[in-house]
This record gives sequence, structure tokens and C-alpha cells, in this order.
Amino acid sequence: MKKVYANAAEALDGVLKDGMLIAAGGFGLCGIPELLLEAIKQSGVKDLTFASNNAGVDDFGIGILLQTRQVKKMISSYVGENAEFMRQYLSGELELEFNPQGTLAERMRAGGAGIPGFYTKTGVGTVIAEGKEVKNWNGQDYILEEGIFADLSIVKAWKADETGNLIFRKTARNFNHPAATCGKICVVEVEEIVPTGSLDPDSIHLPGIYVHRIIQGQHEKRIEQRTTRKREEA
Amino acid sequence: MAWDRNQMAARAAQELQDGWYVNLGIGIPTLVSNYIPKGVNVTLQSENGMLGMGPFPYEGEEDADLINAGKQTITELPQTAYFDSATSFAMIRGGKIAMAILGGMEVSETGDLANWMVPGKLVKGMGGAMDLVAGVGRVVVVMDHTSKHGDSKVLKECTLPLTGRSVVDRIITNLGVLDVVEGGLKIVECADGVTEAELRAATEATIVG
Repeated sequence: MKKVYANAAEALDGVLKDGMLIAAGGFGLCGIPELLLEAIKQSGVKDLTFASNNAGVDDFGIGILLQTRQVKKMISSYVGENAEFMRQYLSGELELEFNPQGTLAERMRAGGAGIPGFYTKTGVGTVIAEGKEVKNWNGQDYILEEGIFADLSIVKAWKADETGNLIFRKTARNFNHPAATCGKICVVEVEEIVPTGSLDPDSIHLPGIYVHRIIQGQHEKRIEQRTTRKREEA
Repeated sequence: MAWDRNQMAARAAQELQDGWYVNLGIGIPTLVSNYIPKGVNVTLQSENGMLGMGPFPYEGEEDADLINAGKQTITELPQTAYFDSATSFAMIRGGKIAMAILGGMEVSETGDLANWMVPGKLVKGMGGAMDLVAGVGRVVVVMDHTSKHGDSKVLKECTLPLTGRSVVDRIITNLGVLDVVEGGLKIVECADGVTEAELRAATEATIVG
């Protein structure tokens, strides 16, 4: 079965539904599936729930779907860079479920591994633990967190082969790996699709079994905080 | 007299031990990397998926795919390794990170930490802070001892939503260093030019010993 599609709109054709749960990769604006997010915006699909560490900025990343009111709920660990997000949340238009960052990553990993729940120390004694089962092992309390089983995963990788084997680049790997595993369908955008056989099998970060559709495209790859040092300081 | 931000960071850097893997939070903790003592080799973890964090890049060499947890462009080192977010927090939760140095809004005398939310005002999120305080070997909090209004931030009980309960080992403020011990806080040292009486007066929490 052919996994390579011509563009983001074609790769999402027949996949998007109002009210669906989408797991998205990326950390801040690093490694976000920017082409697929733009195509979701163009599709007009609405009432979406996103499991995504962040919500982008006002005009990039998931922020573009907040502007068009296509997002009903966010499951995130940090949303501090987005004024429109804050406005919609404080006015009650947008639901927000805060997850500690590691809990969110592990919920995705668990969902992808068929694990419906796991216990963790993270959040014990905080608002995160409210309403959750507590279990004690060796004198230490742990809370039950649930795996995320998403309808769709949208992911950005560096390179793919035609069978969907993926290689990420530097810290752009982040949530893309766990997010890719926890969706019923996983659509991936990459900077380069290479012929099958040209990637070193020992260097594959995510095997193609998790990947259903792939597109190649041009990425803006916006930098959120450009920090540098002067050469004299070296 | 008291310590400024850089002096607090320099004092926090004295907590580092050779061979440790360490996570530095955003703000003053980030400055700690400028003061790592000579002969002490530590590997800095960035929870977005990197061990072996290097300095900021030279102008023109920024890479959008290479950032720290504060979303700042950084560089890699010869020993750098990259990994995904689930693996990153597995090493945090698994107790592989020796120490985290984090910022704080409030700390209590039992080591409770609040550093992620002011209800109704500041809704940014906890990021990885709850995972770090629950999982790493030792938690050091670096923050101002009092608010802009002069109210103590070292309290009997935190008033803000908690990041973790009984998780802080040591507090480094502009006024000095305190350890969380049985029954309250113990003064380890006073900042330059600060008397023990001044440190006690600025602290609402119980001081023992």
C-alpha cells in the first residue's frame, strides 16, 4: 500500500472529523507538523481536542486553529506563549486539561503500547491528583494516569523512506515519537522522502509500522527564542 | 546587602558534583551553567530531549531544530545525545537525574514547592516541573526570599497551587541558604552582608536549630 501522498490536504483526506482527538508532536515551535496544521485549518474541521505539549503562538502552530475557533479542548503542559489561547481560556470558550509534561509524554507512549493506565509519583499531593486513584507502594503514593488513544496523530520528522521509517533531527524529535504511536492513523510530514533502502536500518528512530501516510514539503521552522553569543566571547 | 541573581546562581553552582547529570530550570537556574566550578564535569539535561547541552550558538549558526526547554537556541557538545520526550521523562522519573535546580514562587517549611500557577492571573502550566520534583535525586530551589511587597516566600504553608509536596531539599535565596529538615528549615549560611537576624525576620517558616 502506498504511503506517500502529494500534499497535506490529500494526506488528511477522509481522515478528519469534527470532535476528534488529535495527538500532535512538537515542543514549542520546534518540530511541529506545521503543514498538516495548516491543512487542518483549511479543511474547516471543528470541535477538535488536541493532545499537544504546547499550543503554538498566536500565528503559528496550533495557534492558527485557535484563531479560527476550531479547537474545543487542549491537553497540554505549558501554554504560556499564546495570548489568544489565554483569552479564550479565561473567557471559558476553550477547555484546558493541564498534564505534567512527562505524564503527557507517557500517556501517549502508553496509548501507543496498548497500556490503558499507569501509576506515577508525578502530581501526587497537587491539583493534578484530584479525582484520580491513589495507590501506595513501599510507603510512596502514586496516582493512576490513563493512556491516550487518539483518533489521529500528526507528526513532523526529518527524513522518511517510502515505507514510513522515520529519522528525527536533534531536539525536534521531542513529542513526535510518542505522539506518532498513539493515533489510530498517523500522518507524517518530512523535509525529505528518500528511497527505501537508503536509510541505515540501525539508525531508524521510529519504524514505519506506526506510519500510515507521509508527505514531503517546505518547512518554515520558525525559531521562538533566538539566543546567540558573540564570537569575541569564545 | 544580599546576593543578586548572578551571585545566587554562583552559589547554586556550588551544589554541583563531578559526574552528575543535572536539570536546570528556566530563569536564575539557567545562569548556574555560567558558574560551574573548575574540575567539576556535569552533564546538563534539557527535558525536551537532550543530554549534554552546550552554550548559545554564534550569530548566524542558530538551528531551529536545536533548542532548550526554555525554547532558546543552543548548541550540542561532543557527548550530546538526543531522545524523545517519553524517554526524557523516563530518565527523570526513573531517578537517573541527580539534581534539579528550579525557580520558585513559594516554598514551605516541609519542602512543598509552588512554582507553576497563580489562580486567576498566571495560567501558563507546569511544563516538566512536577515530573522533575517527583523524580530527581535532589531538588534545589533558587528564588527571591521575599515578594516585591516584602512578604516572605519561605512559608509555613504554601498559598499557591503546589508543584510537589515535600520535595525540596535546599532553598537558595538572595538572603541565604536553608535546608529542609525535620521540624522546619535549618540555616546553612547567610548571604554576603546579611545577618542571621535579618534572614530569620524575612522568613515566615519555622527555623530550627
